[in-house]
Amino acid sequence: MRETEIAVVGGGAAGMAAAIEAAKTGARVTLIDENERPGGQLFKQIHKFFGSGVHRAGRRGIQIGQELLEEAQNAGVEIRLNTAVYGLFSDHCLGLICGDHTEELQAKVIILATGANENPLAFPGWTLPGVMGAGAAQTLINIHRTLPGSRILMVGAGNVGLIVSYQLLQAGAEVMAIIEGLPYISGYGVHASKVRRAGVPILTSHTILKAEGKEQVERAIIAKVDERWYPIAGTEQILEVDTICFAVGLSPLAELAWMAGCRFTYIPQMGGWIPIHDGNMQSTDPMIYVAGDLAGVEEASTAMEEGRLAGLAAAGALGGLSLEEGEEKKAEVRERLAMLRVGSFGEGRASAKDQIIRARNQV
Amino acid sequence: MKMKTDKKGLKATGVPSKEELEASPGYPHQEALDRGPIVVIECIQDIPCNPCEPACPSGAIFVGNPITNLPVFFPDKCDGCGRCIPLCPGQAIFRVDMTYSKENATVSFPYEFLPLPQKGDRVKGVNRAGEVLCNAEVLRVQNPKGFDHTAVITIVVPKDLAMEVRTIKRLKFSKGN
Repeated sequence: MRETEIAVVGGGAAGMAAAIEAAKTGARVTLIDENERPGGQLFKQIHKFFGSGVHRAGRRGIQIGQELLEEAQNAGVEIRLNTAVYGLFSDHCLGLICGDHTEELQAKVIILATGANENPLAFPGWTLPGVMGAGAAQTLINIHRTLPGSRILMVGAGNVGLIVSYQLLQAGAEVMAIIEGLPYISGYGVHASKVRRAGVPILTSHTILKAEGKEQVERAIIAKVDERWYPIAGTEQILEVDTICFAVGLSPLAELAWMAGCRFTYIPQMGGWIPIHDGNMQSTDPMIYVAGDLAGVEEASTAMEEGRLAGLAAAGALGGLSLEEGEEKKAEVRERLAMLRVGSFGEGRASAKDQIIRARNQV
Repeated sequence: MKMKTDKKGLKATGVPSKEELEASPGYPHQEALDRGPIVVIECIQDIPCNPCEPACPSGAIFVGNPITNLPVFFPDKCDGCGRCIPLCPGQAIFRVDMTYSKENATVSFPYEFLPLPQKGDRVKGVNRAGEVLCNAEVLRVQNPKGFDHTAVITIVVPKDLAMEVRTIKRLKFSKGN
């Protein structure tokens, strides 16, 4: 059986940042990702990020992904690609599927940074070709350079729906409308303004009733909804579209944490069931840490900071950092995290995070 | 399709209202606009972001702590260099020169669509809601490496539309390209 000191599952923003911090202390770190390339969602993020200089604001996600990858390589992280983790067993042994065979990897400490899954949206016609998650459309255009269609309906005006709409325009598609069930736009106003300037209507208090088409999506029927989200008769509109994307939230990919017996708490605004963790990102299993969207759905900058926190804490647990040095570095990260969780878009996440940590104290 | 709504403002429509813009600390007053080229910051939500602050070589933009503060703009310090325009991740900074000529003003804006317009092109000036307001001429296209693929386009528009026009109608690749 192969062995490592720290196994990081998931090579996205959180996992890479965790692996880098841990490896810098001299720990032996193995980063495992099921994709052929690490970076998670970062390589799909072709827009410039918000934040401050310390969060690499103004840089595009794709560049941040490249920088993290180089840092991880320089720090000596062992990167295992095309490798899926199918199990996490009680002795902190990971079951891996790599190509045509399986392997076991025994770790002392495990950092789970498995990210999140797009929530589906079911409506009549949703199984027609042409209906897909906004993330899937983003992967098609920004990774595979293939347009999913030419006339798009986006369902959801959160940041994902707004950003992917903008990127679909950049890729050469027309976005016929963005519809949103809420009576307001929940994503950043600047993202909404970019697509409005580009001529895309945003219809709040609207939902999709059905998709129609013979072999694929040919049209969508949308309608206004009342305060209780019921469609209002007589407000139906037909949109001639060939693609319907939904951006209606994300759910943490928590299977491994469940399997390992970590305790969970349910926090809807963070994506649902979240592994309970403390201020060090330590789960209820002292040898398992969590970071990024798995630990509560937020965004790439917070994911990177949580990854750093988990990496430092995991390395500290193995004695790679002195207590003082570890606490000092973690305090810096926590300060930067707090900076990202203020204001009307961040306060809710800050209090949800507090709720998770309070749940930890009650276990 | 036409967008019909009786609601106003950024949160409801994605288009900041005149009242919201004028109440924000990044929006210059008319006297400052009349003096010469100057940037117009249309950032009215408390999102955690501050690259505009170090972008300005003259110290005309202040965000401070926390970084969710709205950028405060000091028009007297702004020489209209526009370095902040491509560095704003929200594409919320523009430049207006009301002194360009007797009838016309220039508007500069960030632009990330291909094909890029060329100097001298006749284009359509578009407002914050995506509506075509006027014909315009492309005066300058800046796309150096440091802008990292966010080109800054400067167009000439009638003076009375300078605070309305914020982009151009996207261009299409001609068939066969």
